[in-house]
Amino acid sequence: MLILLLIILPLFGAAMLAAWSGADRTRSCRFALGWSVLPLACVAFIGTQDKINGVMAEAPPLTWIPDAKMDLRFSIDGISWLFLLLTCLVTLFSFASSLASGRGGRAYCGLILVLQSALFGVFTARHFIPWFLCWEMTLIPSYLLIRLWGGHGAPRAALRFFIMTLGGSAFMLVGFLALQLSVGTMDFSELAKLASDHALAGGLAKTFAATGMTGSALLTIVALAVFLGLAVKVPVVPFHAWLPAAYAEAPTPVTMLLTGLLSKMGVYGLLRIFLPIFPEVLPSLAPLLTGLAVATILLGAMAALAQTDLKRILAYSSVNHLGYCVMAIAASAAVHADRGALSAALSGTVLQAINHGVIASALFFGIGILESRSGGSRGLNDFGGLRAKTPVFCGVFGIAVFASLGLPGLSGFIGEFLMFNGVFALTPWAAAVSLIGLLLTAVFLLRMIRKIFHGPLKPNFAKWADLSGTERGWFALAMALIVIPGLWPQALLHFTNPVILNILDLLSPIP
Amino acid sequence: MAEALKPHLSTILWLVPLLPLLAGGITAFLPDRHGKTASRIALGALFVSCLISIGAFICALHPAEGEKIILHTASTWFVFGDVALKVGLLLDPMSAAMAAMVTFVAFWIFVYSTGYMSKEKRFGRFFCFLSLFCGAMLMVVLSNSLLLLFMAWELVGLASYLLIGFYFEKPSAAAAAQKAFITTRVGDMAFFLGMIWLYGHTDTMLFYDHGKGLLESGALASMAGVTTVGGLTVSAAASLLLLVGAMGKSGQVPLHTWLPDAMEGPTPVSALIHAATMVAAGVFLVARTHPIFMSCGATGWPLTATAWIGGITALYAACVALGQNDIKRILAYSTVSQLGFMMIALGTGGVAAAMFHLIAHAFFKALLFLSAGSVIHGCHDEQDIRKMGGLRTEMPKTFIVYAVGMMALAGFPFIFSGFWSKEAVLHSAMGWKGGFGPFALAVCAALLTAFYMTRQALLVFFGKPRTPGVHHPHESPPVILVPLFVLAGGAMLLSVIGTPAWPWFEEWVNGESAHFDISLLWSAAALKLVGLSLTLVTVGVTASWFVYRNPSTDSNAPDPLGRKLGGVWGFLGAGMGFDALYDKAIIAPLAFIAGGVDVLERQIFVPMMAMAESAIKLMGRLTGATDEKGLNDGFNGVCSGLQNQADAVSDSQSGRPQSYLRAIGLAMSVLLILYFWLSA
Repeated sequence: MLILLLIILPLFGAAMLAAWSGADRTRSCRFALGWSVLPLACVAFIGTQDKINGVMAEAPPLTWIPDAKMDLRFSIDGISWLFLLLTCLVTLFSFASSLASGRGGRAYCGLILVLQSALFGVFTARHFIPWFLCWEMTLIPSYLLIRLWGGHGAPRAALRFFIMTLGGSAFMLVGFLALQLSVGTMDFSELAKLASDHALAGGLAKTFAATGMTGSALLTIVALAVFLGLAVKVPVVPFHAWLPAAYAEAPTPVTMLLTGLLSKMGVYGLLRIFLPIFPEVLPSLAPLLTGLAVATILLGAMAALAQTDLKRILAYSSVNHLGYCVMAIAASAAVHADRGALSAALSGTVLQAINHGVIASALFFGIGILESRSGGSRGLNDFGGLRAKTPVFCGVFGIAVFASLGLPGLSGFIGEFLMFNGVFALTPWAAAVSLIGLLLTAVFLLRMIRKIFHGPLKPNFAKWADLSGTERGWFALAMALIVIPGLWPQALLHFTNPVILNILDLLSPIP
Repeated sequence: MAEALKPHLSTILWLVPLLPLLAGGITAFLPDRHGKTASRIALGALFVSCLISIGAFICALHPAEGEKIILHTASTWFVFGDVALKVGLLLDPMSAAMAAMVTFVAFWIFVYSTGYMSKEKRFGRFFCFLSLFCGAMLMVVLSNSLLLLFMAWELVGLASYLLIGFYFEKPSAAAAAQKAFITTRVGDMAFFLGMIWLYGHTDTMLFYDHGKGLLESGALASMAGVTTVGGLTVSAAASLLLLVGAMGKSGQVPLHTWLPDAMEGPTPVSALIHAATMVAAGVFLVARTHPIFMSCGATGWPLTATAWIGGITALYAACVALGQNDIKRILAYSTVSQLGFMMIALGTGGVAAAMFHLIAHAFFKALLFLSAGSVIHGCHDEQDIRKMGGLRTEMPKTFIVYAVGMMALAGFPFIFSGFWSKEAVLHSAMGWKGGFGPFALAVCAALLTAFYMTRQALLVFFGKPRTPGVHHPHESPPVILVPLFVLAGGAMLLSVIGTPAWPWFEEWVNGESAHFDISLLWSAAALKLVGLSLTLVTVGVTASWFVYRNPSTDSNAPDPLGRKLGGVWGFLGAGMGFDALYDKAIIAPLAFIAGGVDVLERQIFVPMMAMAESAIKLMGRLTGATDEKGLNDGFNGVCSGLQNQADAVSDSQSGRPQSYLRAIGLAMSVLLILYFWLSA
């Protein structure tokens, strides 16, 4: 029941906002901010539950179509829980950033709440139909948020974002329908069980005998279709071209949601759905996936180096950072023998996804402050010497930057360490080449710090004051969320380990 | 005290790195007006950690029979899947000596800083960064885990970034900080790769773990037995990668270019970076992981590379130091050169010689930088040695301590530690079976060292003042002078532990029992080397004296040696063009590639996406044509309702997406109908 409550809570908030005709921008945003503490409390409560076989909460199965065995299952295990927590936190940061930059309004806040609800659905559903409905549901509010509150290029950028994601999803839908037709289920865990019994390819071959293709060829096609849907969201090169414009044109608090949460849906899907359901064909797909991942890492880092718009730099930086997750997943697809390396790669993926969400939120929060104080500037060369006026802001932004480039002791490092560790044991050349990405990250991020905060103070910023008390509070929360997992990774790994071991049993059964 | 410490050592040892780190953490929250408090916290923390280090050092003086390691710990830091990752601390003669040296030298640098930086507005912040720097370095030294060492190593990089860029308003300082971090990160990436390679092969990060550690025979044998890329064994490949990491931190050619630029930091920072921390980390890494290097043979690839890179660096930097005019840049290049000496020693198997030179160098280089700071302070921030001159009479005390440091570095005989430590390095290089090259390079570099240090001393302290600006130099206050005298004492006293008569340090580090035999001092082998060292320093100093004994009174007059060397002189002054080369060969191509990727993005990927978009739109139109009225109205109603509330104004495009939504809705219903029809 808790899960359904969790999904309904934000919707209820949105409905209240819709009904509250007297709310102005600030009030509606404050209300939404306050309201989004409720799901956080709910998630925190779930976090205290005992884990039975890795599962912390489970909704009673809703029987949708009894004849077709369509039980819509929702459940929360450690990994889901971390993603739920991330959803709550990033939403909170997004509202805080909106409030700080004078954004708000009933529709704006309501849409963010609807988005949150859909994300809760994505991270809890264990059956394709509700999962996919929520997956698609995230599109509508995020499209509208970019479209209606974005910059000059927003209409075009929003449309691109919308159509590309939709196009990818259509392939995924077809892929799952094909599975339903041949093996009669779209339940993720049942599909995974069938996959580990090597029943999927056979089922497909029988159902689509008319095509004359072998089962594994058919399964490869289905896997690719599903991968496409997920890859657009992450995004993986070459399906990423919608991203820079969308991230740059969206209002900054919405960019936070896009990079902190929507991109994580892709990673989550790859980890929870793609890997367990298609182990039969993964080894043959792995070289392709690894190649794409390495291309994503390098292209993201290189392109970030060439940008002069702060939001575009961070947008490409996100591409680069999530590229490591895809690389780790691709490496896990390649070889299934080394359990230690697999668990390093997969644990690292989850940690990277969660920590990147928090770090990117903090960075975009900072960019939002720069933007709203300077009246909309966000060019790399628009600022200079701000550290003299805003030492605290520079300090917290700097910590976020160093976390992002993987400084040990901050949260970014553990994920990268585990991923590279796993990947190097599985596909060494990919890890070695991707180190270039890790190096370039430092180049463009430190250059950003230097251009914004160092050098002589530009005269037009002479009157800038440091962060306000509220802003300090939010950054303090973000810093705590960056430092604690960096020093005490077990806080996160405690939740992932049982689930990772379950996934390992599917991928590489103990002989 | 040491006896009381021993049982609790495994716990208390953690305090050595943690106290300064904690002090850094606490002072980070103190506002600028509490600068004094911050400096007290930092000094207090380091003082306690220095006491503990010395206690640990005393404990380490008498290791159990046949045991090199006094203490090693391991505890689980985190568990991923079902694999536990352990970290811990390690106390052996090497880390005990290093920890004692780092805390001791750093403590005096801290004291000096309270005087030197007293007029600084962000005084407290400075001590916060210094503490972080020391704490991280101590963690490097005491770590029993390659991972923990790497993490501390990166923190050292962060602290150096913050300190080199302390005067962030200066674009040159901001650029130098960034350059230092990124150049060393090139090495760090290699280190990282080497680390995960070793971990992947041995499943442990611990150096010593009751026979299962990386540096113990089992792991070493298994690493040396597996061949990987390029015909190298795992241990060879990994140790070459670790070497690249060490080259970055320890400023070895070609990753040295950040070190001279690091002079942009305040002078105490230069002293800390160039002496006790940072650059020592690279040498220490190689010394720590030396068994892995050794497992490929004493003349195997990794050690040969180490020796040659060290030799080339030693000679290169000594040449470049000749052509510098900035008092701190000369010292910076001399550091690069001396680090080269340490690498030669490591490459030729002389771990103890390298550590001895490292520790001796830490004392006299800190001394030199701090007294250079005193000179700069006294000359009203002048750093050009051509504009100084005659300071001997104006700053007599500074002159004395500087002279001690200079003679130690140049290798003046008998009572200066530099003489004996350099001799130990030469001894190690001479006995190496892998070739004569590194030894020859070291000999040339040692000769040049005596030459350029004499040049510096003559130009700064002798002759007559050459510029009105430095006319009224003043001696520095006691808070600056006391640390100088302490370090000067250290630079001389240390010599007693490394003479051929009583090579105590070497035997202790190697886990042998030390003995004293005065007759070894005039054994043939020792005499040969002592004679060689003596010749080198005599020739170098005399030659320099002949060239620079009567410097021109005009500060703009060309350098006497420069006149003879012509174009070569400018080439030396520019560090033999490495920076210019990197601008052309790395930075420009990188910018070009990045620009190319950006063009690729805009000209290829975006149009590709536009094509995909059109295809999807077309599908949308086709299905939209058969749309039902009700669905259409539903979507439009919701969307326009939202838009009415929106702050933004819609334009002509706003109608379209709804139709795509319609399309997906319709497509889904069609597919569902299809499904039920098929499954019925």
